[in-house]
Parts: sequence; structure tokens; C-alpha cells
Amino acid sequence: MAVKKMGLKQKYAHLTRGLDWETTYEKMDDVFPYDKFEGIKITDWSKWEDPFRLTMDSYWKFQAEKERKLYAVIDAFAQNNGQTNISDARYVNVLKLFLTGISPEEYQAHRGFAFTGRHLRGVGPRVACQQQSLDELRHFQTQCHTISHFNKFFNGLSEFRTMHDRVFYLSVPKSFFDDARTSGPFEFMVAIGFAFEYVLTNLLFVPFMSGAAYNGDMSTVTFGFSAQSDESRHMTLGIEVIKFLLEQHPDNLPIVQEWVDKWFWRGFRLLGLVSMMMDYMLPKKVMSWKEAWEIYFVEAGGTLFKDLERYGLKMPKYHEQATEACEHISHQLWGLLYQLSHVAGLHAWMPSDEDMDWLSEKYPNTFDKYYRPRFELWKQQEAEGKRFYFNGLLQLCHTCQLPMTFTEPDDPTTTCFRESEYEGQHFHFCSDGCKDIFDREPEKYISSWLPIQQIFQGNCGGPTVPDVLKWYMFGPNDGAEYVGSEDHKLWESWKNTTTKEAAE
Amino acid sequence: MTVEIKTLDFEPKRHTFGHVARRIGGDKPATRYQEATLDAQATENFHYKPLYEPQFWHYDTAKTKVVMDDWYKPLDPRQYYYATYNIARANMNQAVERNFTFVEDKNLLGKVSEDLKQKLIIGLIPVRHIHWGSNMNTSEMCQRGYGTAFTAPCMFSAGDHLGMAQIVSRIGLELDGQTGIGLDKAKDAWMNDNAWQGIRKLVENTLVQRDFFELFVAQVFAINGIILDAIYNGMDDAWGDASLPISMLTEFMNDWQKEEARWSHSTIKIVAAESPENKALVSAWSNDWINRAEDALRIYTTAIAGDENIAKTYADKMRTTAKSLGLEI
Repeated sequence: MAVKKMGLKQKYAHLTRGLDWETTYEKMDDVFPYDKFEGIKITDWSKWEDPFRLTMDSYWKFQAEKERKLYAVIDAFAQNNGQTNISDARYVNVLKLFLTGISPEEYQAHRGFAFTGRHLRGVGPRVACQQQSLDELRHFQTQCHTISHFNKFFNGLSEFRTMHDRVFYLSVPKSFFDDARTSGPFEFMVAIGFAFEYVLTNLLFVPFMSGAAYNGDMSTVTFGFSAQSDESRHMTLGIEVIKFLLEQHPDNLPIVQEWVDKWFWRGFRLLGLVSMMMDYMLPKKVMSWKEAWEIYFVEAGGTLFKDLERYGLKMPKYHEQATEACEHISHQLWGLLYQLSHVAGLHAWMPSDEDMDWLSEKYPNTFDKYYRPRFELWKQQEAEGKRFYFNGLLQLCHTCQLPMTFTEPDDPTTTCFRESEYEGQHFHFCSDGCKDIFDREPEKYISSWLPIQQIFQGNCGGPTVPDVLKWYMFGPNDGAEYVGSEDHKLWESWKNTTTKEAAE
Repeated sequence: MTVEIKTLDFEPKRHTFGHVARRIGGDKPATRYQEATLDAQATENFHYKPLYEPQFWHYDTAKTKVVMDDWYKPLDPRQYYYATYNIARANMNQAVERNFTFVEDKNLLGKVSEDLKQKLIIGLIPVRHIHWGSNMNTSEMCQRGYGTAFTAPCMFSAGDHLGMAQIVSRIGLELDGQTGIGLDKAKDAWMNDNAWQGIRKLVENTLVQRDFFELFVAQVFAINGIILDAIYNGMDDAWGDASLPISMLTEFMNDWQKEEARWSHSTIKIVAAESPENKALVSAWSNDWINRAEDALRIYTTAIAGDENIAKTYADKMRTTAKSLGLEI
């Protein structure tokens, strides 16, 4: 009798799910101790649809091929001094933001997906998480290798790891990922797998990589292309997780909705750093932050949540506030960085007249009215040799840890302050979204390592600003104004050399 | 004669990242392994306690009883970072593909008797579940461990065990005519046959071990070093006519075992050498897990190979290795 051979899907099921078993010498709840306390109910793990079916042999083969190509480009970039072909040395500050703020989070994602890759009870999602864990390690490591060459010439990159653990504005991404890593496995999947990798990745990863492409950074953009297929896999996993949780049990909906609300707003605040990168830091602009938000969140996100409506999931709370705020946040944050760049690890500068006009065109409702006058005043002060720096310590939002710089949703002239009381203490927030997040889990957030408070408590190297900057491991030429900086002078000297040599 | 391409010279300001330079004795060119590994994990100023385990930070040296002054002492002699790891495995896997093709072309497994096929299904194919349990353990060491020098290779091992589980599964599909029936039978044997219960119990015991370095010792010495080594190398007589094709199809596992031990044994050696307290702990763990593996293996080899001595041979071999790593056995 001929026996029917298996199809690919069935074969893959045998090569993964068939591996698992129900333990009897130890209790399953001891083998998987962390997947119940969040209240998520899974009635049947076998209903999980593997979004991609990748056996390890194929994984090794594809990834090895990609790595061979990527490292060939990285080597060629270094050999040919590709750093001299970027649009302008201001661009390197984008890499500084990326390496100090984002790459260490790729690492956190690596460890986080190792956690879910071990502790979710279903085999299908576990295998996908493990592969994502490996991918995220890849991204951290290849980013180090790509940007390593820039570090040889430019300031502000060398101490990225220590800076990530200590510097005040880097606690924004760090606290975001610490928050996800200290959540249960299901919340981690919604936070990073869905909200971050699916809903927001086009607003984070992609702008950096497109920025690299537009600004002649061959090395970083090659990494971007190489990581694209990893990212697609991660997105597929993220959406599958949401659908699976919502299909498994109706009780999961309110929990998932709260997580989506929380992580949307946390993600939006984190993306503020990307907004100023896109609008101000890229010498050659890709598109404005507002345009990116319209395309990738309002339109694509709108379609996504329309699709998820059938499960009862709604658009994240305060999404209207976020869209409205996109008229402002990049200007507000760049203005802030400009004033604080003498205590930062990267440079800031005022936009050229041409760039100001671009901003007027892209932000017709807000730029000329609220921001241009201030920026022109600062430019004028620069011309008079009185470049403006803010000397003082800012209050930080207790949730997102950005300084209190954002304005009221309906009044761009008034700074937004919110407050909560918990166990007799007062906590301050930059927005309704951040206040809600705290109010939902105050016992978690009271322990936040708030950089400014830590300075006051004497935990940051000493009482004076130079003490703190030393503890941050900033080099003497890492921060402050770009014009006249060491990076700037180096760039000018290269331009002179290459022009001269070419002429000879 | 040499050909000289004229290029512009650009003098670098520094050669590597500051945290790397401090570890390699100054600012000099660092290897890719070093830049990808050293101090990669965050170490201070964490914001929140894990909801699932508030007694620790998410990165916390207290998740094991051994104490290291610096978790970047046990480096990987293979110097694996993601790229070199994947390229090495992709190369090893080319041999796997060639071997499968060879065995299929010559019908080397198809030719063996039905009895022997059934014996392999019951006696060998359940190993895929050992690899799966090992994959869970190595993922756990990665998520729970401390310091990238230790945790990154653990995740590579997790990928390796999944890969090996899938190779064993493919052998099972060769034996059952690509139906999956053999895999189901093998799983039934894993769950119910007396031969496997000692090993299954051992593996399940490791799954609840929360001290990441004790888990590492159990995995490396007991599961990799005794159980898997004995099943892949000590059972030739039992596999009879099939022993050659089985050796070919499990070549990856033997190559892997030798290669992985370069890292895992050196890690154990360095951690034990750190202090008398570490040495005592690692020695005690090693003794315990080696003894448990020997007992578990004896049940298996007696039932499948009718040989009680294989277990002692492999356990003693492991004891000798453990002693050579500076442990008191």
C-alpha cells in the first residue's frame, strides 16, 4: 500500500512542533513558570499559524549568504575611505544617535526574544522568537561593525555602550526597552513584536536606512538592505502574535488593548528622536517626519487597525494627539538639543536658510508661526558670537524620560504638564499618554532611574556638570555646536585634500 | 614586481571603541569578535524590576551561585559572532546535504531490514527530543545568563540544537518513507518506553533548573558530553548494517560536539578557576549531573544495545575531561 507523502506544511510541523512534549517528571508550570501571571488565556497553542517556515539549515544558508555580501561591502567601504563620500559630516551625528540609542536596543531585543523563545508554551512561536533573537544579535553586531569605521575618524561614537547606560537623553530608549524586557512574555511580544516591529518599524528603522542611502553612507545602507528580509520576518511574527492572542480567548482583548495603547504611546515618544533626525540632522532630507507619519502611521496603521477591528481591537488611545503633535515634536526636540548640545554626546546646529525654507514648506501650519522666529534669533546670536546654551537641569517626564518640552494638544504655546500622586509622592508627566501609563502600573514606574534625579542624588560622578560629563564618558569634543567642532574641521580638511589631489 | 594603487591616506583618530580598548590593553585595532562581544550587554542603571521575577534585575549576576569578577573572562576560543557562526554552520550543513544525497542515492537506509528500521525509530529518532530540550536549555542560558561573551554562544548553541533536532527528524523521515509515522512512533517511545525514561527524566530535570551556570554544566557535561556522545558514537553495534549511513547522517553532530566543547569546556574551566568557591560549586554540580547522566544512560543502553558498560565508559570519559578542566571529581 502506498503511503501518502507529507506536504511542506505538514513536514515543517513535524520538524518543529513534533519536537515538543508534555512533561511528566516535572510540572509544565515549573518548566514554563512565567506565561500565566499576565492573565492571557491560551486554549490551544496548536492553532498558531507559523508565519514563515524556516528550518535551521535554510536559516544558516540564507543568513550566511547575506553576511558574506554585507562584510564584503563593509570592507570595501573602509578600504576606499567611504566616510569621505558622505553628504556632509553633520550626517555622522545621525549615526551617533543610532549607535548610542538604537543599537543597544537591538541587543536588548536579542535577549528579550531569547526569553520568549524559551518561555512561551507554544512551539511554533518559540522557534520564530529564537530566530528573531539570533537576528537581533546580528543587527547589534553588524551595526557595531558598520559604524566602527566612522568611529575611527569622528567623535561621539567611541563610548556608545557606557553612554547608553548613563546619559540623560539615552534613558529614553533604554527605559523603553527595559520596560519591555521586564514585562511578561506576552506583553513583550505585543510591545516589541507588534507595536515596535510591526506598527512602528517603518518610522524607526527605515528612516535611518533611507537617510544613509540619501547621504552617501554605503556601508550603513547595505546593512539596511541586508536586514530587510529579517525585518519582514519580524513583522510577520508581530502581526501573527496579535491575531493569535485575540483569537484564542475573548478575555485577552482588554489586556491586549491596554498593551497596544501603552506601547503605541511609548513608541511615539521614542520616535520623537527619529523625528528630529529626519527633519534636522540629515543633510539631504528623505521626507519630513510629518510626511512619514502620514504615510506609515495614519494610512498604513489606519488600514491595519481597520483590519484588526474584527477582533474588537481599536486604534491606540491618543493616536489623534500623536498625529496632531507631529506638527511640532521635531522642532521642539531639535530646539531642545540645540540648547543642550554642550551637555550632549553629539553636535547640533541651526538649519541653513535653505533648510528653514524646506521646513516652512513641509510644516506650513506651524514652522513659520512657532519655530522659525526662535531659530532665527538663535542664528542671529550665533552671528554675534553669542551661541545660546541652556544652563540648568530640566525636569523629565517620569514615564518616557524626555524633558518636559512638549506642548498642550490644542495650544502650542503652553507646555504640557501632568501630575499623579502615588504613596504620597508626586510624579510629573509630559502628556496624558505618559500619565496613563504610570497610573496603570505605578509600582513598576516608581523605580525609574531618572537621570536628572540621579544627578541630584550624587549617583552620576559628582555634583558639578564637568563631573557628570566625565562620568558620561564624553570626550572634550563630542558635543556642543557643530560649526567649528573637531568633526567639522576634519571634514573641511578632507574636502580640501580631495579637491586638491583631484586637481593635481 | 608589485603593483601599487595610489590612494589617499587618512589617519584614524582611534582604532576601536573605548570599552573595547580598555579590555584589549589600549587603543589598537580590535577583531570583529571583540567589537561584537565585549561589554555588549548593559550593566548598570536599570529602570524596572521584572514583573515575573522582581528579586532580580533582568541582567543580574545573582542568577547563578558562581561568582565572577568579570563575566568577560570566559571568551569564546572560536571567536564566533553572528556572521562567522552562520558561515561555519552553513558550511557544515553542505556536508549534511551531500551525505543525505549519498545515502538516498545508494538507498543505504532503504536497504536495511524492517526490524532494524523499527529499532532505529525507537532507539535513535527520539534523540530529536533531547536536542529540543537542549535548545530550551541553551535559550534559557542566553536569556538568563550574564555578559555577552557567555550568552551569545549559548544562543548559537540553541540554533545548533534545533538544527540537529531537525537532522534527526529527517533521518526519521528517511526511515518511515517520508510519512511522519516514524516520528510519531519515536515520540511515543520517548514518552512511554522504559529505555528512554531515565534520559527523559534527566532532561526534564534540567528544564526546571534556574541557576544558569548549573544548567550550563548539566547541559555540557551530562547531556552533550555523555548522553549525546554515547548515542551518536557508542551504538554502532546496535545499529548493525545501518551503522555506516547513520554515522554519515550524524557527522554534523560529531563535528559540532568537538567544536562546541572547545568553547563550553574552556568556559567551565575559567569559571571554576576563578575562586575556590566556584571550583567547589562547579565540581559538585559536575559530579551530580555526571552521575545522573550515567544512571539515565545505563537504562537506555541496556534496553537498546543490551550493554550495561557503555554508560560507565562515557561517564568515566567525561570525569577524566572534567578533572583535566581543574574540577574535583
